[in-house]
Amino acid sequence: MKLNERSLALYATCDAPVDRAGFLSKRGGRHSAYHRRWFVLRGNMLFYFEEPASREPVGVVILEGCTVELVEATREFTFAVRFSGTRARTYVLAAESQAALEGWVKALSRASFHYLRLVVRELEQQLEAMRAGPGPPPPLPSRTLLPRDNGLAVWSHDPPTTGPPTPPPRHRRSSVPDGPGASFPQLHEWYGREVRALRGQWRHGQTRP
Amino acid sequence: MRYNEKELRALSRQPAELAAELGMRGPKKGSVLKRRLLKLVANFLFYFRTDEAETAPCVLPQPVGALLLERCVVSQEEACSFSLSFVEDMDRKYVFQCDSERQCLEWTGALRRASYEVMRRSLVFYRDEILKMTGKDPLEQLGISEEARFQLSAIKA
Repeated sequence: MKLNERSLALYATCDAPVDRAGFLSKRGGRHSAYHRRWFVLRGNMLFYFEEPASREPVGVVILEGCTVELVEATREFTFAVRFSGTRARTYVLAAESQAALEGWVKALSRASFHYLRLVVRELEQQLEAMRAGPGPPPPLPSRTLLPRDNGLAVWSHDPPTTGPPTPPPRHRRSSVPDGPGASFPQLHEWYGREVRALRGQWRHGQTRP
Repeated sequence: MRYNEKELRALSRQPAELAAELGMRGPKKGSVLKRRLLKLVANFLFYFRTDEAETAPCVLPQPVGALLLERCVVSQEEACSFSLSFVEDMDRKYVFQCDSERQCLEWTGALRRASYEVMRRSLVFYRDEILKMTGKDPLEQLGISEEARFQLSAIKA
């Protein structure tokens, strides 16, 4: 399958702020050695470099449709990025501290485009509801805050013209609320519960001698 | 550069934001227009052969290719066609032929929105708007107000 890899690699190294960066050790295969790499999370892409100064990433993990969970492994502070489907790859990563572990799991759990779109739609709906309400028309949005894209006016006073809503992608082995009843608050609650459960486990782990 | 191709293929089988058969021409000199099934999923544009119906029913259609839609520029070319190029090399254009002006507008609009970075900017904008209108941070109610990815500083100035 062809892919615009050069563009993908440049997305890794462009000068926009990254979402998270740091050293992680990545396990090679099931019984393989760990390799320490410099990881950079940007959007729904997790890039890894030989070192922070490297000009090109060694590789990238596209994070759409994955779950992130703690795992028991020979190393401390390990977690896994897991994909569903037969013979799907699981990436086992080890952080270098408890704080780093927590930070990475939280960041990766919320890295999908799907999740971002849910949040954006939620805010769009809130704004729609507010503008539909009584009261004087709100002032025009400040130009400095208008999202800049390819000249297409993102904000208008018309209702959003994005076609019929798409159902969220199906996660086969996940317990994410799905189906016609799954609303954003439900999905958000699910993500929140998962993070809280993980936090509880970590705190419990920290009290061990 | 290594990437998880299997997962990208799986993504190509997810429900699409938009899907249609369009004419597509690659950026290389001398490329010809080919009929392709285009599927927009998340921030990827997948393109499949249109003769997949002829393959055995148990064989999953595999995309010919995928285009990551970050740092891309979508331009109207003619009434029914548009092009896609990337910031690092604007001369390399993927050209798409639509069946109508309406379809062309639908695709250019959707492709421009199908970028993580563009969507992130929208989020920051909406967050700020709601904060200005209500005095409350909507992300705080969702418990994600401290997320680095949703801060004003996360978008390129």
